[in-house]
Amino acid sequence: MKQGPAVPSRARSNGLPARELRALYGRMLLIRRVEEQLGRLFADGEIPGFIHLSIGQEAVAAGVGAALEPRDTAASTHRGHGHAIAKGVDLDRFFLELLGKQDGLCRGRGGSMHVADLSIGMLGANGIVGAGLPIAVGSAIAHQVRKTGAVAVAFFGDGALAEGAVHESLNLAALWKLPFLAVCENNGWGEFSPTDRQLAATLEGLAAAYNLPWTDVDGNDVEAVTLAARHVVAEARAGRPQVLECRTTRVRGHFEGDPQKYRSTEEASAMAARDPLAIAVKALAALGVGEASLQPEAAEIDARIAAAVARARAGALPGMAQARAGVYA
Amino acid sequence: MAETRFARAINQALADAMAADASVILLGEDIAAPGGPFSVTRGLLDKFGADRVRDTPIAEAVIVGASVGAAMGGLKPVVEIMFMDFVTLAMDALVNQAAKARFMFGDQTTVPMVLRTPHGGGLNAGPQHSQCLEAWLAHVPGLKVVCPSNPADAYALLRAAIDDPNPVIFVENKALYAMKGELPDPPPSDRLGVARTARPGRDATIVSYGAAVHTALKAAEALARESVEAEVIDLRSLQPWDEAAVLASLARTHRLVVAHEAVEAFGVGAEIAARMADVGFDELDGPIVRVGAPFMPVPFGKTLEAEYVPSADAVAAAVRRTLA
Ligand SMILES: Cc1ncc(C[n+]2csc(CCOP(=O)(O)OP(=O)(O)O)c2C)c(N)n1
Ligand SMILES: [Mg+2]
Repeated sequence: MKQGPAVPSRARSNGLPARELRALYGRMLLIRRVEEQLGRLFADGEIPGFIHLSIGQEAVAAGVGAALEPRDTAASTHRGHGHAIAKGVDLDRFFLELLGKQDGLCRGRGGSMHVADLSIGMLGANGIVGAGLPIAVGSAIAHQVRKTGAVAVAFFGDGALAEGAVHESLNLAALWKLPFLAVCENNGWGEFSPTDRQLAATLEGLAAAYNLPWTDVDGNDVEAVTLAARHVVAEARAGRPQVLECRTTRVRGHFEGDPQKYRSTEEASAMAARDPLAIAVKALAALGVGEASLQPEAAEIDARIAAAVARARAGALPGMAQARAGVYA
Repeated sequence: MAETRFARAINQALADAMAADASVILLGEDIAAPGGPFSVTRGLLDKFGADRVRDTPIAEAVIVGASVGAAMGGLKPVVEIMFMDFVTLAMDALVNQAAKARFMFGDQTTVPMVLRTPHGGGLNAGPQHSQCLEAWLAHVPGLKVVCPSNPADAYALLRAAIDDPNPVIFVENKALYAMKGELPDPPPSDRLGVARTARPGRDATIVSYGAAVHTALKAAEALARESVEAEVIDLRSLQPWDEAAVLASLARTHRLVVAHEAVEAFGVGAEIAARMADVGFDELDGPIVRVGAPFMPVPFGKTLEAEYVPSADAVAAAVRRTLA
């Protein structure tokens, strides 16, 4: 992203300087606009399969992503577009993958639920709820044994908390003092059921049970997420594994096309009041950065996405012979 | 040449692989300080330290899942699952993660991990500690499956499995752990997917793997007394398996029996029989006969289990049937 016009570098006490907040806003806007575009492409039948959008949850990806170094690794979920973008995947190859094309990040074999870029430590979205945690734990073991100084992060939803593998992972991370951070995106829903009908415990209680420090943050406030993430990432890097719970909002259905008969209109209006982009715009205004000054960046993002979509549409389709050759190394 | 036990050969392969490559680490329940439930990993903690030889909690899903993540992160984990029956608790990690990571991420990564696990009866360990589940795993594109029958192969194939960039399931028959055999010095190197002729013969081919190779050899001895010369092929590797070697043997003998300890129905033998009925159709002078365990859980009682595990008599009878 190019630098926008000069902005005052005032910061609130304990807050982020305007320049950083502005960059975070840009990151979130990129994720939002990418997913809005994905929603349209899906509705038009250009994206096969099904997709899960993270609209309303962008602050988690942007904030945690900003606290990570390039050498750090991250395992993601079925709702993982934001994590991939925040980790820095190439946007052209991202769209090529979503459209199932040969030059996509995964050569058109993975799609939305398996976006990965190992070259930047993006260990993959995952179609299996909870499965990212063991993989991130293993990545953390590799960091520990190889003394890379890196941290492994696992993003997961509140719905994953009832999965056994999650508990096994928290235990092992704590037991072996791994450079590991578990980031829960608590949006209150697992598919079509509220989490309180699925889980007898709380993540706070679970973290305590495994002797893991637990940090609770408003997952729609990117500044708060970033500051909390910096702290927990630094702790994890020092061999003190952490749990970060981000309270957030799943604005869209579980998947695109979900009629959402199970949700109330009150929830929708409550979510609108917590829009992470609006919250960031307000915070920027308080630092003297007006909404109008953010426009050039938005236009640039839209142009960037339009170009990526055009390339993805023109991309070649993958061949079966090469796909079959990829089963074994 | 030195006489070495099967378990000891595996131990030596692990030690040599760890000495040769600092990225090899061991994970498993009671493998480090206690030296392994079958003493296979004894002494490795002292040699290589607690960072590389790790006792894990009893948590198969994360042990195997973390091995996938560690393998993607530059290590070569060798994970032990105490009994093959317990791979059921790690099936997501094996089937959805390890087997697919390379493919579904578009060849960006490899998953160079080995899962060692003992299968088979003979210890009266009952229905949940005796199963031979290798066919399940051989059915999954992306996994390799290996099952040695003697100490020298155990050494060579384990080294090859650790060097392989793909996830490999290394199956050790419990009844073989105490078996003695020659381990050449320097120890042999090998590659996966190559069968071995355990006994040459011209009248019928018996294809087998793991401990059942010894059952097949016993059957071949009995048949020799009836002037029937059975050839015994030791597959050694089940996925991939050496189709060319089996076909070449069938082209000499024109009769085929497949024998394994695993349940006969829907097993490895079914795959081999189906392939040979296709590509070897013109060579066949008799029915392809399978010998495997009956379609039931492995029973505990001494007499029941003895009857359950396929015998040399059953293999010999199968050869006679295809020759009739
Ligand atoms: C092991 C497994 N079980 C069930 C599913 C089906 N499924 C996909 S997403 C989902 C809900 C997950 O909820 P959560 O983890 O909170 O993530 P969110 O969708 O809210 O982001 C379910 C049940 C799955 N993909 N994997
Ligand atoms: Mg949820």
